[in-house]
Amino acid sequence: MDLTVIKSSVLASGPEIIVILGACVALMLSLVPRPGQGRLLAGLSLLMIALAAMMSLSLGQYPQTAYAGMFVVDSFSTYLKMLLYLGTALTILMSTSYLTAENVAKGEYYVLLLFALSGAMIMVSGTDLLIIYIGIELQALSIYVLVGFLTTNTRSNEAALKYVILGAFSSGLLLFGLSLFYGLTGTTQLDVMSEVLDVADTSSPLLALATMFLLAGLLFKVGAVPFHMWVPDIYEGAPSPVTGFMSTVGKIAAFAVVLRVLMLDLVVLDPIWRNSLIVVTVLTLGTGSLAALVQTNIKRMLAYSSIAHAGFLMLGLLAGGSDGIASVCLYLLVFTVMNLGVFAVIILLNRGADQGEPIEAFTGLARSHPGLALITMIFLLSLAGIPPTGGFFAKFYVLVALIEANHVVLAVIAVLFSAVSAWFYLRIIMLMYMGETDHPAKVQITSSMGLALIVTLIGTVLTGVLPAWFLSVAQAATEGGLG
Amino acid sequence: MPIDFLPVFLMVAVVVVLSVFILTLSRLIRPNNPYPEKNRPYECGVDHVGEASAGLFKVQYFVIAILFVVFDVETMFLFPWAVVLQDMGMFGYIEMLVFIVLLLVGFAYAWIKGALEWVS
Repeated sequence: MDLTVIKSSVLASGPEIIVILGACVALMLSLVPRPGQGRLLAGLSLLMIALAAMMSLSLGQYPQTAYAGMFVVDSFSTYLKMLLYLGTALTILMSTSYLTAENVAKGEYYVLLLFALSGAMIMVSGTDLLIIYIGIELQALSIYVLVGFLTTNTRSNEAALKYVILGAFSSGLLLFGLSLFYGLTGTTQLDVMSEVLDVADTSSPLLALATMFLLAGLLFKVGAVPFHMWVPDIYEGAPSPVTGFMSTVGKIAAFAVVLRVLMLDLVVLDPIWRNSLIVVTVLTLGTGSLAALVQTNIKRMLAYSSIAHAGFLMLGLLAGGSDGIASVCLYLLVFTVMNLGVFAVIILLNRGADQGEPIEAFTGLARSHPGLALITMIFLLSLAGIPPTGGFFAKFYVLVALIEANHVVLAVIAVLFSAVSAWFYLRIIMLMYMGETDHPAKVQITSSMGLALIVTLIGTVLTGVLPAWFLSVAQAATEGGLG
Repeated sequence: MPIDFLPVFLMVAVVVVLSVFILTLSRLIRPNNPYPEKNRPYECGVDHVGEASAGLFKVQYFVIAILFVVFDVETMFLFPWAVVLQDMGMFGYIEMLVFIVLLLVGFAYAWIKGALEWVS
């Protein structure tokens, strides 16, 4: 390979390189503790994310493949990378005060967030199964450590250990599926693989086995039933900003891989996975919505709620076609802002990780902090999917795509479970506005936290007011991906 | 095709047969004289203090083992790289350089953090 090819490859992966370099610099800086280090590293991380975002935006206009076809820059990956930057930046904004309050303000936190971000970016841009796998591992390994970041908290330690074991197990499943695909097609590169599979016999049992392993591994990462057991425990034990990060950035990256592998490149496998995915989707919607009803810990409740949202995202996959993919892309954007918004409120209401995060912490919030309660209500209404918030339109477009693809029964089931799930969001709103308590929450909103709240609020409201514009952006991204 | 994997299966067969052969042979010809010190688990020359699961054990074992694995795996990548370096040219050279620099960053971090100090 000559120098120009190397140059163009390095340029195409510029955002990833910027983020990784930033992480390395932050790692070195974290070795010299000094006062105000947390702010310095948070600022550095935000700067690196901003640089990477600018580079991604300018690269997105020139679709190209790099590293001998293992890495791609197109509008689909650029759109999802923007979501990843947004999610990570918001997480960083929320973290500073939380880390100080929990007395774990260490520089490594930001380093790990940046490494997790770069792993997620590689997952989004990878077009080779091995590259995607490396991205998944880089992201997962960083998050394992972040989950256990409250080193003196037993719940955090337990969650980290559980996550490592289950994560390793699911990686094993995924890797086994990948190795079968390599054995069947003789390549790990998705475009070559789809050419080979086009002429292959899709009824071969070995291909079905490979697809099932691949699907199971990916569904583990997404947190779909019956591979959801880890989600509530780990969401509950992890530090709250990390939970927010996992539920948004982790989910975006996992769905990016699912979309890229199953919907864009290996569409041929559709008849193999469709029926099992329908079953998984209905189970995911049902379990997520029903189990969330009985939770008393807010993070556990949001874990089940995010399982239910994953079910909705999978409905978009089942709808298929460019409409289905675009609806998933839009859903991921809306979910990122509204979910991180709720997590910002949870972090504000945090009374120490040892106390847990009981739902009762919201009681009487409207009396002591009416503004904050109003913002929280908007986030919760959006999560429940009530107009005119972004959450409504996210669900709406998924259902439209689903009905256009003639899956009316699925759409009806989804609406029913969505109505069930509205209850547990409304319960928090009731607690905030009607609950009486002697100890109403006293919160102090720092400037970075205020910024995070404003951004998530604007995102949630704007996607509700201008849904058509955001959908057109998502559609443009999808068209680029379908190439 | 399956026939291409024949050498792999041959390798597996040879490994199994050889290990069974060596174990059986040594079982037959060695003197059998167990005594308590000999049966004790070997712990890097340190007196063992009981089951690892029953109490605390030095985390340094773990840290050093992890660091060892990192550089072990690095060598595992270096050997095949060295074999095909001629074909990969400049690109392969730079790639490995990037890999090693990234490893060095982690190594410097571990060193400065004191992961290599043995506190007894």
